[in-house]
Amino acid sequence: MILIVLISILFLGGLLAWISEIFDPAFPKVVAIVTVAVELLLMLTLLGGVEAGSPDWHAAFTAPWLPRFGIGLHFAADGLSVLLLILTGFLGLIAIGAAWNEITERVGFFYFNLLWTLAGVVGVFTALDLFLFFFFWEVMLIPMYFIIAIWGHENKNYAAMKFFIFTQVSGMLMLISILLLAYFHYVQFGFFSFDYFDLLNVTTSGSVELWIMLGFFIAFSTKLPSVPFHAWLPDAHSQAPTAGSVILAGVLLKTGAYGLIRFAVPLFPTASMQFAPVAMTLAALSILYCAKVAFAQTDIKRLIAYTSVSHMGFVLLGVYAWNEQALQGAVMTMLAHGLSAAALFMLAGGLQHRIHTRNMAEMGGFWPRVPRMATVALFFSIAALGMPGLGNFIGEFLALLGAFQSSIVLTAVAALGLVFASVYSLWVIQRVFHGKYETGKVDDCHLLDLDNREMVFYIALMLGLVWMGMYPQSFLALSAGPLQDMLANSQQALQALVQN
Amino acid sequence: MLIVTATAVVVMLLIGLRRSYVGTAATTITGLLIATIVAAVMLPSTEAQVTPLLIVDKYSQFFTLVVSALAMFISIFSFPYLFRLNDNKEEYYLLLAVATIGAIVMVSSNHFVSTILGLETLSMSLYGMVAYPLHSKESAKYPLEAAVKYLVLSAVSSSLILFGMALLYAKTGTLAFSDIVNVSPSLPALSDNYSIIALLLIFAGMAFKLSLAPFHLWTPDVYEGSPLPATAYLATVGKAAMFVVLLRFLVTSGAMAFDSIAAIFSLVAVLSILLGNLLALLQDNLKRILAYSSIAHMGYLMIALIANHYVTGTLSVEAITFYLIAYVIMSLGAFGVASVISSSEKEFDAISDYRGLFWREPWMAGIFTAMLLSLAGIPLTVGFIGKFYLFFAGVESSLWALLGVLVVGSGIGLYYYLRIVYRMLLPHQADLHYREAGIESLSSYGVLVILLLLLIALGVYPAPIMTLIQSISAVI
Repeated sequence: MILIVLISILFLGGLLAWISEIFDPAFPKVVAIVTVAVELLLMLTLLGGVEAGSPDWHAAFTAPWLPRFGIGLHFAADGLSVLLLILTGFLGLIAIGAAWNEITERVGFFYFNLLWTLAGVVGVFTALDLFLFFFFWEVMLIPMYFIIAIWGHENKNYAAMKFFIFTQVSGMLMLISILLLAYFHYVQFGFFSFDYFDLLNVTTSGSVELWIMLGFFIAFSTKLPSVPFHAWLPDAHSQAPTAGSVILAGVLLKTGAYGLIRFAVPLFPTASMQFAPVAMTLAALSILYCAKVAFAQTDIKRLIAYTSVSHMGFVLLGVYAWNEQALQGAVMTMLAHGLSAAALFMLAGGLQHRIHTRNMAEMGGFWPRVPRMATVALFFSIAALGMPGLGNFIGEFLALLGAFQSSIVLTAVAALGLVFASVYSLWVIQRVFHGKYETGKVDDCHLLDLDNREMVFYIALMLGLVWMGMYPQSFLALSAGPLQDMLANSQQALQALVQN
Repeated sequence: MLIVTATAVVVMLLIGLRRSYVGTAATTITGLLIATIVAAVMLPSTEAQVTPLLIVDKYSQFFTLVVSALAMFISIFSFPYLFRLNDNKEEYYLLLAVATIGAIVMVSSNHFVSTILGLETLSMSLYGMVAYPLHSKESAKYPLEAAVKYLVLSAVSSSLILFGMALLYAKTGTLAFSDIVNVSPSLPALSDNYSIIALLLIFAGMAFKLSLAPFHLWTPDVYEGSPLPATAYLATVGKAAMFVVLLRFLVTSGAMAFDSIAAIFSLVAVLSILLGNLLALLQDNLKRILAYSSIAHMGYLMIALIANHYVTGTLSVEAITFYLIAYVIMSLGAFGVASVISSSEKEFDAISDYRGLFWREPWMAGIFTAMLLSLAGIPLTVGFIGKFYLFFAGVESSLWALLGVLVVGSGIGLYYYLRIVYRMLLPHQADLHYREAGIESLSSYGVLVILLLLLIALGVYPAPIMTLIQSISAVI
């Protein structure tokens, strides 16, 4: 029941925020932040409650929806979902903070879209009926489209359109795959069902399974994104308003990774094992290629966008290595990257807000002008490059450690990404903050340091990263159970196949 | 149906006695409303063959309901649209009522005679509706051109259908759908080529009316030239009625059993989806975009029609029925918004006219956006469930190539629907003056809200109508 509440709070809060604009333009952001704060508190209560019978499921809800096709409202949250939900709630707060002063036009509609995106994401992380999952998968797109198309920067129409078409078309391939799976279930068991646990029992033969799996893989790796489906991301990120970038990088990308872990591999264990070398090669390619491309950018937001793709490569690598360490690494990378990328996009957005450019060639020597901002930027750059003691290191290290067990060559290649990451991260710091400050190069009359409100958000993000880096066990313990279950299930399926 | 006929007669008499625009419109709307309610009440009752020509079963009752409801909505939209037309405007409602009779005859026909009767009644009235604002000075740009074009091409297509029927009749000696079954290839009495040609002639004529590629050439011009309510009528009632006939004919006669016919259907579906979507990309006129998108949507529907041949069970008929409902709701909504904003004096049909609508009239723009997103098949709207049905029908019959085209088509479709949405989101331009909405538009707003509610209700909780459609589809 609490899961239904979680989703409806966001939907209702969104509507309320929109309506409240009529009374006062300052109301929507207050409504939004209260909604998300309540949401986050409710999410935290999920940590305590454990459903009777199954140790891993913290909450569950089922009700019929479309009986004609055996589609139900089946929501459930295990440790993995709970972690990602909390990330969503937390970054939701941060995003509202980032938008607080930046969004001045059509405020009500903005927060409406922001909250509805979050509602879609919460739905994605908790839906265990594949139709329902797809439903939310699409629901989170439209408000995001509006966020980019209305409050974006100079080339917003192009970016929003590209984002929408990429995700929508790949989503449709996934829909065909879902329908096929449901159809095979009908053939094998005599009734329609879209339920996750029913569909886990469907057995499909070799090539068919591979094709169905590919439908899922393309949809998820477009969202992740991975080379070669990443082309939408740099545009979407660079054009989106700061809050949009925070949600995109922090939360929306994670839905792709979550989909791979929850659906793509467990539903098709055999095909995934066959496909793993390809996926891991794509992951290594993403890591190296996008790190290289990032290095060539002059637009600071595009640079961070490419580094996102590069970091998500570690997630893909970890998922397809499919052992516990690698999966834990993938989950940690998702969480840590969520925080660090959100912070970096906020910094970039903050800079753009202050000097009206994202072009790094025009920046330089900002350290004395904005010491707080520079320090914060240095911290998050170092986090992103994988400094031990911070969350990203744990994630990437575990992912590589796990991947090492399945492919030594690819892991060695992917590990080079860490070197590149150090290069581009420090290079950004050097370009923007070091050097001699030249007056007149940028419009610097608004180049003010971070204020206390902003510092609160950055410090919260920093604490999160330090916590993840210093005491990762508190996160790993939550996701361990579900991941072990999934591993055990797919092992069984593989063994059954060998015996036959 | 009797009630609709009575409405037409009453409207005609009223016009004869005393010209009163409000009175005529109100009578038409009331008559159609009663017809809708009666059809809804009669829906659960048993089926009956009324004379050899007409069949009254649940399916035809359901579509009678749909058609009368649509006609009622369109007459409500017409009211403010024609309100300031400087000409006799009462006869428009007469034409509308007569066209509705034709459409109802079509959805209830299982005999070629009634098909032709219904079709011609519908088309004849539509010519009049298309050309209606002929004498007003600044009206829709080319009503006469559109009407003549529609008249000529529609007559040609009717004659194609008639010729095909004649060929079939010459061999089988019957005009009832259920007896045409004899042309199926299992009976050697007929040479295959003969029946294939006859069936293809009929199909080509029907494809004309449905504006399936390559018989679609008239569509954009006629859509663009007609007054908006007439376009809406043509696009919703006209197409839905024709599709029901096509469905009934194919299912009862088993014409798809010929491989070549199935192949041609697939080709037509692919062409319609690709041409419709690609050409829509090039348009700057809202009506033309909707015209091309309707070509594509008819192509989507063809997929389910083809699927029907490959599997037993009612899923594909349900898919067609649901998608038709979805399609009429969302296109009527889109045309409705356009016609509420426009009037017979000045039509807003270039997409640049919609710039900034979101900020000027948020409700209108919100409804329009919902309709467009539904046409694009986005969740929370009925269009999504419709597309889900189509996908499912396609998957069930393993039509991979067609599904691939459906994905590509929908992808392209997104682009031009979003283009319109994006226009509405742009900052408002001060030099665009919309018609000042008077009191006469109130009921149109009401209808739009009803359509929006339907769109969302059927998109979020379609279970009741799914059950209904499942039960009515069983009779076909």
